[in-house]
Amino acid sequence: MSDELVSFEVNGQTLQARPGSMLIAATDAAGITVPRFCYHKKLSVAANCRMCLVEVEKAPKPMPACATPIMAGMKVWTNSPKARAAQKDVMEFLLINHPLDCPICDQGGECELQDLSVGFGNSSSEYVEIKRVVREKDIGPLIETAMTRCIHCTRCVRFGEEIAGMRELGATGRSQYTEIGTYVAKAVTSELSGNMIDVCPVGALTAKPSRYTARPWEMRSYDSIAPHDCVGSNIHVHTARGKVIRVVPRENEAINECWIADRDRFSYEGLQSQERLLKPQIKRDGHWKEVSWQEALDTVSGILRKQLAFNIAAFAGPSSTLEEFFLFQKLLRGLNIKNIDHRLRQVDFSDQTLTPVASGLGLSLAELEQQQAIFLIGANPRHDQPMLNHRIRKASIAGAKVLALNPRRLAFNYAAEQIVAAPLDMVTELAVLVKAALEAANQAVPNALAELLAKVEVSAGARSQVALLKAPNALILLGQMAVQHPAFSSLRSLASVLAQATGAKLGYLPEANSIAASLVGVLPHRELAGKPLAEPGLPVNAALNDKNLTTVVLMNAELDDFANPQQTLKALRTAKHVIVLAPFADAQAREYATVLLPTSTFVETSGTLINAEGLWQSFKGVVTPPGEVRPLWKVLRVLGNALNLPDFDYVETSEIAAELKLELKTVPLTAIGELPETLLVTKQEASLMQRIGDVPIYRTDALVRRAQSLQAMLSSPSVRMHGADMDRLGINTGDLVRLGQGESYVQLPAELDGAVPAGCVWVQSGTEAARALGSAFGSIMVDKG
Amino acid sequence: MTVTDTSDKAVLLSAHERAEIDAWLARYPADQRQSALLGALRAVMHEDHYLSVPKMDAVAAYLGLPPIAVYEVASFYSMYETDERAAARHSISVCTNISCMLNGADEIVAHIENKLGIRLGESTPDRKFYLKREEECLAACCGAPMMQVNHVYYTELSPEKVDSILDGLE
Repeated sequence: MSDELVSFEVNGQTLQARPGSMLIAATDAAGITVPRFCYHKKLSVAANCRMCLVEVEKAPKPMPACATPIMAGMKVWTNSPKARAAQKDVMEFLLINHPLDCPICDQGGECELQDLSVGFGNSSSEYVEIKRVVREKDIGPLIETAMTRCIHCTRCVRFGEEIAGMRELGATGRSQYTEIGTYVAKAVTSELSGNMIDVCPVGALTAKPSRYTARPWEMRSYDSIAPHDCVGSNIHVHTARGKVIRVVPRENEAINECWIADRDRFSYEGLQSQERLLKPQIKRDGHWKEVSWQEALDTVSGILRKQLAFNIAAFAGPSSTLEEFFLFQKLLRGLNIKNIDHRLRQVDFSDQTLTPVASGLGLSLAELEQQQAIFLIGANPRHDQPMLNHRIRKASIAGAKVLALNPRRLAFNYAAEQIVAAPLDMVTELAVLVKAALEAANQAVPNALAELLAKVEVSAGARSQVALLKAPNALILLGQMAVQHPAFSSLRSLASVLAQATGAKLGYLPEANSIAASLVGVLPHRELAGKPLAEPGLPVNAALNDKNLTTVVLMNAELDDFANPQQTLKALRTAKHVIVLAPFADAQAREYATVLLPTSTFVETSGTLINAEGLWQSFKGVVTPPGEVRPLWKVLRVLGNALNLPDFDYVETSEIAAELKLELKTVPLTAIGELPETLLVTKQEASLMQRIGDVPIYRTDALVRRAQSLQAMLSSPSVRMHGADMDRLGINTGDLVRLGQGESYVQLPAELDGAVPAGCVWVQSGTEAARALGSAFGSIMVDKG
Repeated sequence: MTVTDTSDKAVLLSAHERAEIDAWLARYPADQRQSALLGALRAVMHEDHYLSVPKMDAVAAYLGLPPIAVYEVASFYSMYETDERAAARHSISVCTNISCMLNGADEIVAHIENKLGIRLGESTPDRKFYLKREEECLAACCGAPMMQVNHVYYTELSPEKVDSILDGLE
């Protein structure tokens, strides 16, 4: 296909397009309506619905616009009598078996078939025979099926194969027996599956969580930004009667294209949780009492004023907004409180002063597609950043090599060369690559790495893997399993040296809005814009361990957000005051908290999120907060005023964002930091196993954890381990296994999993079952229960 | 298209089936393993007389295809049986299209039904015969009425000829 444009004519209008590109793309660009069902600009051309038939000069029969390449000088008519007649006939055929159940169909009002049958159909049909019926299928908690309505456009099938990277749906049978489905009873499991609902032009696939709750014409659409990962997918939030009904993608080619992840689509269900806080509450003598905001805020400011600043610790969850983070640290710093942190799942802070202020991808999401080699270290982007993973997948399809170093073998939806090593061995595996890279580049070994590199030997495999990273466009990404690693500082340092030795770029896959938190200084050792503090406070784990701790402030953070829930719970139970500013409180939170302030979720406040590429995206509130819930930033502002702190007079979040933009514009988002004097090497305790405690896709934040349909997508908690360990411990699949970290035990059923290295157990974090456990990637005692 | 590691599922395939599939694979480029799918399913049909879901999954794992891609092909072609009730040593298809119909195919069908005590679409309890409901013309109109037993065409049928053919089968 050449890049030169040729002229051709549609309905007498002269258009230009690349020769060989499809007619429908050109008519779409020119705003000429051509009806279609199977064509989708992001999917391959199937040309099986025949709805886009148009008349082409010299062609004996009408041609499908989606599969007719443009040639210079061709003449096309999209609504000539011949074209209209063809479209009308196709519509009659499509409606032969389509039920007339629009009044009870959830797609009614936004149905492509309904719309096009009005525009292109006949009021009556020659077909009087009985319509066929296709049995309903249960394909999981997210997608409702009514396959009798299916017109076999195969958009969902092509979406699965081409975008989701897993072919779960297919067209089985033949002729009038053709059915779209999974053939065997099976749930669709893709993390992008909800997009099939959007691409389905009829009511065959509809959203299960929101079905029958509102009609499209009753809903109002608001622009917003999804807060659950560092992509910041653009979304439309649809509301009716003051409630959020559903979330759908808002097209932004640079961010999420026209898709969103299921987590961003269905998390809104959590808004209706029974655990939603609706009124300020104070615990007195062990009993909760609902109080006025005035009383609650007086109590909180009283506590914060009375307690000694160094006995107070304050933690913020990573999906808070930029403005909330800023006011949070401003309020606390105004009171001289230093133990401030947002890195709740991180455990190694040994080199925190040597790292850049904030790190992101280091390039744009779209540029990910142009990479020729990508090395993922401790990263599971498919679960942690599904839409970002889609870009990596596109790079892979375009020929990029993907290399991954992880504590367990992951199910990538593209070809990836995987190095799998027990958590603590990841450091040595990475050291091998660094040594190979330094040798290849003829560079001296930095002092900090000398001891570790002396112990490892370069393998031929490592040399060829390093050679991949020499590609002109190579990228090394540190993911959440690296950040949460007990020797994160070592992984980070090694990755920096590897990047420098190979010429690859280095980036991070940060948690939700954590770049914003780092930039504004929700950190114990740095304040706004990364200015180092002469007298730093304690990082999260040290602050929780501090014997003098009397007061904890939790903003959008609960037990499941911490790396070590056991240690966290102990600290929260011991603390005299636990002030919670959050939308939710479960039974556990009601036990450890002493003050509950009901604050907003992302749909009830305005704010700004900073995504992995460093893009600031501001959004407005969509619905009025329920009950006495107040926007979190306003609560922080009022608290600041109540405590007589200066400069707490913001009227709108946009004011704060504008001010911060000026302050932060000079702070670069880089990833390569300085090297420490020596690398931290953690030793494994003999007799214990290593825990792989990554966070499940739908346990990442408080709202997601309360979205019921997403929860139903998760498998029940288990201990997954290697066959050799099961034999050694005499455990069979299904046996209850006793797990202990520190003081308490839990029992979970065992499962054989070849993807887990020997000596490790895969017990995920962020789950209720994991609350009694300690560090996500720590040592763990495992025996037959 | 990548597929999760399901190679252990392929153990269901017998040595003979693997050899058959490998022979088909050898005819196509190494990155076009799906080309051997029709042959692979044919090999399984020969052994089991139908395609069970575990066997189709095994073929999918062996060829590195998503299982649904195998289900699609298996359910599309009428030569493949996906219902266990169709599994029998001998599959009989009587052509009932226009030429055969005009030449008495209906009587042939009725005769076989009576002889075997089964209806179209059923198999005998001893799993010796399966009487397939043939949907298409089998392209032997010049010898109508005709039937296909396994892979062999028998033409110019009469009830007596049918008896001798079926009685001669093991």
